[in-house]
Amino acid sequence: MAIRDILRVPDERLKQVSAPVQRFDAALRLAIADLEETRLAGPAAVGIAAPQVGWFERVVIVDVSTKRGVSSHGHLVLVNPEIEHWDGYEIGREGCLSVPDYTGNVIRATRIRLVAQDPSGERRSYEMEGFEARAVQHEIDHLDGLLFIDRVVSRRTDLFRRKVYATQPTSGSALRR
Amino acid sequence: MLTLVGEDRPGIVARVTTTLTEAGCNLGEASMIRLGGNFTIMLMICGDLAGPDLERLLAPVAADLHLRVHVDPASGGLHHHVVPNIQVRVMGADRAGIVAAVTTALARAGFNILELQSDVAGDADRPVYIMNIQGCSERTVESLREAVAHLHAQGIAVDISPVDTLIG
Repeated sequence: MAIRDILRVPDERLKQVSAPVQRFDAALRLAIADLEETRLAGPAAVGIAAPQVGWFERVVIVDVSTKRGVSSHGHLVLVNPEIEHWDGYEIGREGCLSVPDYTGNVIRATRIRLVAQDPSGERRSYEMEGFEARAVQHEIDHLDGLLFIDRVVSRRTDLFRRKVYATQPTSGSALRR
Repeated sequence: MLTLVGEDRPGIVARVTTTLTEAGCNLGEASMIRLGGNFTIMLMICGDLAGPDLERLLAPVAADLHLRVHVDPASGGLHHHVVPNIQVRVMGADRAGIVAAVTTALARAGFNILELQSDVAGDADRPVYIMNIQGCSERTVESLREAVAHLHAQGIAVDISPVDTLIG
């Protein structure tokens, strides 16, 4: 196992489209182990995509289980992932190991349905929402040569609510919303 | 820190930054926005020119574009970003004192404002004040909500939610 170097903007290789994984062998599992070790070595990243370490195949790792109060499928290794269905949208702040010291607001689907293979090639499907769905969309973008900075919207235009919170009692409200 | 304020028209940023670049200045972080129809920009500049030199350099452009120029010495550098963990959305019938009431309540709760934007929406008869604040707090969202709860009785809706920045 080894920690690999993370490609950083403006490295042109981050814009390339990664190829589907064909062989589910020991070499794949070793490369996945390196990818995970690299994810854990940096700042607290909830995900990493293979092209971020210069490996241009369709593999991502996502694990949002360390975030408090976030529902998730735990630690996921997604090989050849494909989003089949998107639903809703919300704005959220993102950063990236490949874009150090910058965060920005990005619109993502709230809920997604996803199919992917696991490291042994078994097909699985997932339904997910919120933070986990955001993380998966962020990582799959890497496989298609896209970074979150390609999708950033203005900080000043906060049109989309991330979530609806009932903040105030509505009875007797002096304010008409 | 260079501040320019004036009448808005297309091409101001291009004219100003070209002048600065040709004089050997390096531009850093910048924030331009229209406020009440006025052009405003603040930008960090790094270079050998002192404040009065900068003002002299920009004087012809400023006169031409009807801009007022202000220069302050400021320290600055890269990697000073602080990531907000709390978003505050404020809305209320427009009247004096909304900003003071909200930000005072937040300051008492130890909240540090990183970004603040506000707008007046609605129509002339019933203007509505809308403000978005992003900032940092070590307190829980619940305790911040308690800190602003009294504002509801004054007709100010304050919505506080966490900002979970995703690093991936």
